[in-house]
Amino acid sequence: MTDRSAVDARLSEVLRDERGRLTGALVRILGDWDVAEELVQDAAVTALEHWPIDGIPRNPGAWLMTAARRKAVDRLRRQARYRERMEQLTREAARMDRAPETGGPMEADERLPLLFTCCHPALNREAQVALTLRTVGGLETAAVARAFLVPEATIAQRLVRAKRKIRDAAIPYRVPDAAELPARLGEVLTVLYLVFNEGYIASSGDAPERRDLARDAEWLTSLVSRLMPDEAEVLGLLALMRLHLARADARFAPDGSLVRLADQDRATWDHAAIGDAVALLRRAERMGRPGTYQLQAAILAAHATSATWEATPWPAIVLLYDGLVRVEPTPVARLNRALALAERDGPDAGLTEMGPLADRLDRYHLYHAARADLLRRLGRDTEARAADQRALSLTENPAERRLLIDRLGG
Amino acid sequence: MKYMMLIVGNEEAETSAPKEELDALYARIFAWWDEHSSAGRIVDGHELQPSSTATTVRIGRDGSTTVTDGPFMEAKESIGGYGVLDVADLDEALAVASSWPGASSTLEIRPIVVRD
Repeated sequence: MTDRSAVDARLSEVLRDERGRLTGALVRILGDWDVAEELVQDAAVTALEHWPIDGIPRNPGAWLMTAARRKAVDRLRRQARYRERMEQLTREAARMDRAPETGGPMEADERLPLLFTCCHPALNREAQVALTLRTVGGLETAAVARAFLVPEATIAQRLVRAKRKIRDAAIPYRVPDAAELPARLGEVLTVLYLVFNEGYIASSGDAPERRDLARDAEWLTSLVSRLMPDEAEVLGLLALMRLHLARADARFAPDGSLVRLADQDRATWDHAAIGDAVALLRRAERMGRPGTYQLQAAILAAHATSATWEATPWPAIVLLYDGLVRVEPTPVARLNRALALAERDGPDAGLTEMGPLADRLDRYHLYHAARADLLRRLGRDTEARAADQRALSLTENPAERRLLIDRLGG
Repeated sequence: MKYMMLIVGNEEAETSAPKEELDALYARIFAWWDEHSSAGRIVDGHELQPSSTATTVRIGRDGSTTVTDGPFMEAKESIGGYGVLDVADLDEALAVASSWPGASSTLEIRPIVVRD
């Protein structure tokens, strides 16, 4: 007999890692997302019945796959018109039985086509995010809902709608071919980065599940990087996330307020992780296909490898921002470039650079907060207070609010 | 898998273009249509007369009908034509739509309901 709580813990761990692979394999066989998910759930229930008695199998993922496949066979037997797929299932089973039972990757990982389908541009962004976390990331619907601070019914409905569209509009289940790949991979990376930011920006303490999102996104990105090891931007995004996570603990003061980069205790950064992430980034850069994530990671790497705030290599950072603005001429990228410029050439230069962005970033709190900071450094305190007030009126994030209120009070 | 492809454009911009430009555009569209039809991807479809020729029939809650001049929705853009696609999946339908030769166009792809 194996302790039930040990079985529970191991099973949820295995499902977390394997749900995407299991679902993907079943979608390929059955062509039906809902049934595939149901069978994975059934297999998990079977595991809960068997594992406490028989012990936890050596390769729990393969065990679940076999159980789910048996259930798929049962289901197909009841549906004579699926004879053709039945044959496919048999072939598939034969192939998978030959796969080594060592827990190593199966020859064709099903999670990759699954991920591309979840992030298909024919689905709206919210649906892409929910589907990716639920299906590939293995999060329960309730966990996705808590992470995005929306009712569970809302997420459930998004998932139902998305799966219905996949079925009714015949969104294919496959990895796009070479011609489509850059755009489609871009879509996947956008979803992963969005999930990461959603978690990373979330405040400490108040919403731990939102912070887990950052880890989930990192996990999914590392999965993509293993499945597509030659894509420079995948490695760039992974390095970017890891450079953030390596310094995550230094971002919050014990009272939960945000600590700005200049004031962070750099001794608390995970320097080994930073070293690994920088090595990963260099590997991406050697592939000779630069892109927005590699550039953003390079900027973070420059910060993360500076011994002190004063030692920050601002001229190099401004150059990297020049590159980033060329690839991605968004107002936010230009704002960040202006801030780097302010450090290199003085607050006046930064303010001048920010001027033309005023209209487009008027509703972006960080624009006003950054402006307030530069104005204060120039001794223009009244204008600085007004800008901080404006920033405060535009953000709900408790940690950011605390920082702004402190500044206004001081 | 069959899809309806609605081709939406700005009529005003199209009719105000110089004749040579319009002729060249139509030549490209015909070549495009032929290519996809002969490959079996477009199985039906037509260009429509401008929306100024449209008549709308509305049937009220009580079954009464009202006939009005003009398209069902007043907008700068209007449906200029449609094609029925017969392709493997949405990606193939999107590939056909993305290769439409007209600039400043919008194409809507919708699966067609098939009843057994």
